[in-house]
Amino acid sequence: MRRLAVVFVLSLLLAACVSSPAAVPTVQGTPSADEVNAVAKNLYCPVCANVPLDVCGTAACAQWRGQIAELLAEGYSEQQVYDYFAAQYGQSVLALPPARGLNWLVYVIPPLGIVLAGFLLGRNLARWKQSAAGAADLPTVDDDYARSLEEELKARR
Amino acid sequence: MIADLGFFALLVAFLLALYACAAAAYGHWRKQARWVASARSAAVLGFPLLTVACASLVYSLVNLDFQLQYVTQVSSHSMPLYLRATALWGGQAGSLLFWSWLMAAFTFAVMLREWRRDRDLEPWVIIVTSATLAFFLALILFFENPFLRYWQGITGTVWTAMWQPAGAQPYIPMDGNGLNPLLRHPGMIIHPPMLYIGFVAFVVPFAFAIAALVTGRSDDRWIRVTRRWTLVAWLFLSLGLILGSRWAYDVLGWGGYWGWDPVEIAAFMPWLTGTAFLHSVMIQEKRGMFKHWNMLLIILTYCLVIFGTFLTRSGVLSSVHAFAQSAIGPMFFAFISLTFIVSLALLNKRWSTLRSEVEMTSLLSRESLFLINNLLFMGILLICFWGVVFPIVSEASGGIGRAIPALAHIFTGQRATVGPIFYESATGPLWAALLLLMGVAPLAAWRASTARTLGRTIWKPFIVSLVVLAGLLVGGMRNPLGLLSLWICAFVLLVTIYEFWRGAQARMQRGENPLQAFWRLIGRNRRRYGGYIIHLGVILIAVGIIGIEMFQQETQGRLAVGERMHLGSYSIEYESLAEFETPDGRLVDRAVVNVYKDGAFLTQLYPRRDFYYESQQAMTIPGLRSTLENDVYVLLVDWEAVSASSATFKLYVNPLVNWVWYGGFVFIFGTLVASWPEAELRPVRQRLRAANTERA
Repeated sequence: MRRLAVVFVLSLLLAACVSSPAAVPTVQGTPSADEVNAVAKNLYCPVCANVPLDVCGTAACAQWRGQIAELLAEGYSEQQVYDYFAAQYGQSVLALPPARGLNWLVYVIPPLGIVLAGFLLGRNLARWKQSAAGAADLPTVDDDYARSLEEELKARR
Repeated sequence: MIADLGFFALLVAFLLALYACAAAAYGHWRKQARWVASARSAAVLGFPLLTVACASLVYSLVNLDFQLQYVTQVSSHSMPLYLRATALWGGQAGSLLFWSWLMAAFTFAVMLREWRRDRDLEPWVIIVTSATLAFFLALILFFENPFLRYWQGITGTVWTAMWQPAGAQPYIPMDGNGLNPLLRHPGMIIHPPMLYIGFVAFVVPFAFAIAALVTGRSDDRWIRVTRRWTLVAWLFLSLGLILGSRWAYDVLGWGGYWGWDPVEIAAFMPWLTGTAFLHSVMIQEKRGMFKHWNMLLIILTYCLVIFGTFLTRSGVLSSVHAFAQSAIGPMFFAFISLTFIVSLALLNKRWSTLRSEVEMTSLLSRESLFLINNLLFMGILLICFWGVVFPIVSEASGGIGRAIPALAHIFTGQRATVGPIFYESATGPLWAALLLLMGVAPLAAWRASTARTLGRTIWKPFIVSLVVLAGLLVGGMRNPLGLLSLWICAFVLLVTIYEFWRGAQARMQRGENPLQAFWRLIGRNRRRYGGYIIHLGVILIAVGIIGIEMFQQETQGRLAVGERMHLGSYSIEYESLAEFETPDGRLVDRAVVNVYKDGAFLTQLYPRRDFYYESQQAMTIPGLRSTLENDVYVLLVDWEAVSASSATFKLYVNPLVNWVWYGGFVFIFGTLVASWPEAELRPVRQRLRAANTERA
């Protein structure tokens, strides 16, 4: 049970880790192209085919990057820029869906699946551990090749 | 005329595929071998017929028969000959035909094998392969016919039909739209065929698995028969993925090779289950365990192949790799559902006969470590699958919100995007665990191993790997995740090399020189050492991925002529920009950029932007300097029109990325070694020959 709890906590940590992209510090003054790209990396243009905004070559995306620069220059934080774009164009522009409503499933399902697999594995763990305790007595079923290799190496020693 | 020939060949191939299914089923039911033989002949004929259909389409493409709608869509006067021919797989209809041709080729090859020992499986293998082929041919004939022609009515209306409608005249456009610029790359000429071969080849192990389920055979015969087929499928799928990555690196202008795009993931998912399957079948062969699991894995792999094809072709997902929206989506969905349900129902029916012959006895056995390996693959699959389908689920769930207003704030119906950060964060730890297991698992003994036995084999590489770690720290690396992942790579690499060394050492005792010992070591046990070579390839790929993912640097800036931009020890200088047109219909803007390292001139690069007049699409082609240490990757983002007095560049330094490609070569070589027929077979043949001579 304790093991299960550990796996569960680890999974939640994994989920938390997934849901928080690296933060970009708030920009003072005119933002550089790198500062704009750091924000644009986590945004998608709704008209392009699944290309992040920082590398999209279309004129529309260049305009969006200009808009990000303007917002950052006005003192918007990274999160405020994301919120602004999501409010304007819908949540599909965000590289990660905000953790609310149905979107929680994005973050919960994979860790739950891993917890479930861990649980199933853990259920058999005790049995295998018991067997492993007596493994010294168990004859190993090594393949012929490995056995002959070990024997030859032993003979050399 | 040629198009008519192609269409008739297609039609006959479809009818024959249907006949093969029916005749094989009837032959099995009535226990009449002649019906099964007839079904086999029909299945064999599919390949030559579809060769005729493909050749007809290629002929039309090469000769620019613009009356064919497909030719107009993907070809043009300005395209060179080789691109006109490869435009066969440049559009939806043509690529479906190409897919079917490959499918027919594999059916043809599998039908020509020696069936004496597997008579009971034969009808069902024919049914599964022919049913799959018939499905794809039906899609082509009824939804995506590449031989449709343009016709013009008296009123000037243009429409498409196979044959001339009453009162209509042939309509031949002056020129075609040309191939999508993204597909005009050498990588795109090879990448789709490799991927398709990988996809279609998985139908062979799946067909044998279904045949074993239907006939109730619980032995591992189907696995032994299909081992090499599976390896071939896996080899081509891996090759397709590696080539696709290289194409993305060269053409998409992302600064990387893998964008976790839904279509990329769709091709990656069958690779995950296929890899798990290749590991897991060893347990069934050796210990008679995991029979249910292996069935499930091959069913999943096949269904994921069809699912990937569905995602790419239905238009349900937005991707740079996807074909346009098409009406074939629902058909695909129905086919996947039917295949999955029927396969699972069969597995359920045979559940009790597929019980393991022995029990798992120890946590430290090779079988238990392989099981954990399989679970890790499945974990990654779950993350990938969920990330790909969630956007569809989020959009489709809007119906619930509309039906139950109280739940409208949960089921908003807004489409969500799941970007690379999700996949990278969620799969990262699982990849690390897999990598570590890759070094340890092959050293564990079957049934039971002890920590002491395992420790004895790995302690030396472990100590050396710590020296490598210390070297990295002394070299100034401080990124904890980078250190951990590179240490894992070093450890697994050393363990694998040590295994080669131990094996060669044993042979050298027999008086063989080191080169002979190494060569014969691999030759006499190809499966084992081929596997180790594959692992070496994976480690090299992993080093490349760690390099670019964790240590990539990038910057962007606008430079006046003669001005420099710096990134780490590198700097680039904008020298000039030229604009010119090319005979293949491009307007090219090409910059000349000087690259310096620590202030010393290194090389000149030519990043450019190609604008295709026909499709009105622009392509950003990087300027690239590649070494084993890193790639300097320069993109031309923007420039001052007319004067070109200044231009904006994006500069990336991608450490170790070339290891991905070199690792790919090692990986492919290892797969070839592992799938090559074992040397032990030769004496058998020799013995047979000797016996025959004696008898004579």
